[in-house]
Amino acid sequence: MPEQAVRPTPDQLEAFGHEMDAIRAAVVADLGQRDLDYINRVILAQRSLELAGRGLLEFGLIPPAWLAGTAALSLSKILDNMEIGHNVMHGQYDWTGDPRLDGRRFEWDTACPGEHWRHSHNYMHHTFTNIVGKDRDIGYGILRMSDEEPWRPYYLGNLLWAGLLAVFFQYGVALHDLESERIVSGEVSLAEKRGMIGAIWGKVRRQTLKDYVLFPLLSGPSFPLVLAGNLTANLTRNLWAFTIIFCGHFPDGTEQFSEQEAENETRAEWYYRQLLGSANLTGGRAFHVLAGNLSHQIEHHLFPDLPAHRYAEISREVRATCERYGIPYNTGPLAKQFGSVVRKIFSLGLPPRGARSTGSALPAQTQPAALEAVA
Amino acid sequence: MVIRTLAEAQSPRRIGRRLLRSGLLEALAYPHGVDRYTELIRPLMLARDVRAEVVGVRLQTPKSVTLTLRPNANWEGFRAGQFVGLSANVAGVRVSRPYSLAGSEHATDGTLEMTVSTHPMGRLSRHLREHVRAGLVVDLTQAQGEFVLPDRRPEGVLLISGGSGITPVMAMLRTLCDEREVPKIGFLNYARSPLTALYEGELRHLESAHPGLRVARGFTRSTGGQITGRLCREHLSAVIDQHADPAIFACGPPALVESVRTICASEGLAEPAIETFSGPVLSIDTENARGVVRFASSGLEAPNTGLPLLEQAEDAGLTPAYGCRMGICNSCSCLKSTGTVRNVISGAVSTADEEQIRICVSAPVGDVVLDI
Repeated sequence: MPEQAVRPTPDQLEAFGHEMDAIRAAVVADLGQRDLDYINRVILAQRSLELAGRGLLEFGLIPPAWLAGTAALSLSKILDNMEIGHNVMHGQYDWTGDPRLDGRRFEWDTACPGEHWRHSHNYMHHTFTNIVGKDRDIGYGILRMSDEEPWRPYYLGNLLWAGLLAVFFQYGVALHDLESERIVSGEVSLAEKRGMIGAIWGKVRRQTLKDYVLFPLLSGPSFPLVLAGNLTANLTRNLWAFTIIFCGHFPDGTEQFSEQEAENETRAEWYYRQLLGSANLTGGRAFHVLAGNLSHQIEHHLFPDLPAHRYAEISREVRATCERYGIPYNTGPLAKQFGSVVRKIFSLGLPPRGARSTGSALPAQTQPAALEAVA
Repeated sequence: MVIRTLAEAQSPRRIGRRLLRSGLLEALAYPHGVDRYTELIRPLMLARDVRAEVVGVRLQTPKSVTLTLRPNANWEGFRAGQFVGLSANVAGVRVSRPYSLAGSEHATDGTLEMTVSTHPMGRLSRHLREHVRAGLVVDLTQAQGEFVLPDRRPEGVLLISGGSGITPVMAMLRTLCDEREVPKIGFLNYARSPLTALYEGELRHLESAHPGLRVARGFTRSTGGQITGRLCREHLSAVIDQHADPAIFACGPPALVESVRTICASEGLAEPAIETFSGPVLSIDTENARGVVRFASSGLEAPNTGLPLLEQAEDAGLTPAYGCRMGICNSCSCLKSTGTVRNVISGAVSTADEEQIRICVSAPVGDVVLDI
């Protein structure tokens, strides 16, 4: 996707911001029973799949039961992680007053403690989206996902580290808020993180006990099969979540920003940075639900606290508004977007060679104050 | 709960409930908890929370709805005069309100009764009147409140009520009538008109069935009652003997309960137990507020404005969880590390360290450190 050659003027950007505000206000005014019914249906599906999956796996000695059980449990974990967990914890359903949907208290079926996720994701990632040096989702402290990151021989293994992160993604996410790269570099002391380590261990321990000890033991002779089934379900969710999440901010055409560029942003400029830094995925309804509607990464980053199932409905209007203002709207099928991410991981792992293009160059002129008028 | 026989102790129901609360099941159901699975199969099957099914709906008057509820096994019973917090879904949003229980403590069918009066701006009351049907499942708190009959029943009881305040004293009346221990009961009630008068048929029936019971009704906006106008000394003689000294229970709008207090004081009668529903009279003193409020977990601090801590936290930019904002539902409960707070409804002052308080009705007195 070509770099955006011409950017909106400050006035145009402010007008764009007002239009985004209006889209948001319209959704907020419309929230009601329909949204509550939707999320309750998704939760019913997830819990049912979980009961069915775990039930079937207890009879894992029978191959069809193992396959069906593992598939059901995988779907359950995917739904719990993405359409339910991620979205509820954003506070998307806080307005219902239902304590079971309280974003501040919700806990999800994965190794990462909800409290840490709320901090590292809701606050850090969504506020400092794609700002190099501040958004730690750029590389998670173990990958090179930015030209601005100085290259080190360690990054020759970029694809390998990414692969390992994908396989063990739930633990990668669990350790994310620990900022281990900053502990290693000495910026942050281990003592400061002691409480956090305790909380992570508590969550990991209970998830491990449930998935890898208790349910297998309960099945008696099917122990190894239940264990294998649960490992497979967790792995499936890890790989799927990694894929969808990495398509959010890294496909070709997504942009990154420096701290100065993002200083003293107006609301409209914040919308703009969220847009330029995010990419969507095209697909059917089932795909969007399984992706937790993170396939609408653009709409999610514009409006993180609107119920995610609304993103598909407003995406047409958001895209049309972007076109009117000449703002790029990055979208494409999963294979294409993820393909470009894999290529990026590979090429950023190689030592840079002069003016070599990696497809994620920072735009030359990004200060909104210094924009040229549209010719 | 008293275990009467061994058989009861090992009843399937009891074993089932112990299983529901077991550590093993909690570990298997982590992190959502057992309730989130059992409620998909049977909405009332929960480990600890109280839920109830509406089993009867009666429209006594155009502006009220009387519900009969069957609570689940976690219901711990109630004393006549107490209330529960009822939560239900109104157009996608969970709304919670307190309602007094109107039934007798000695009801044997395991049901509860409450009569909800509709308010022009009331979200839950109007929703319940228009939409509630048998089969609806609602959340309940356990029974709460200090407005109760003494364990040792008195020689005489006088129950005074106005408007929707009839509900807790109906519970008291029905309980006393079931017990047949208190020889003299007086029941004074004020409604707007015969059309809005609740429990008319039952009151007449109870009166004819219980020789010691005298009922008098007055209508404030229409004629035809046994007593006319608003509560006054003379009305008391319609239901109690001249030199009687009954225990007095009054529930109704602030004006009514004030009259009761005044008349009791001037007549030398016992101090009445009072319950009032309309927005609690909050005693908030913002002028003499002093000290500093510290929100320890957030690292924020602000001078004490005298307002309840929930509002002070919101003013400081925090968003603590809350529910009814009137001290009932416990959603806003937070840990007070140190300091003194005053309950703005009851006036009670507490200085204990590491104390759970309801921040919507707790105002700081001097320095307070809150663990949010």
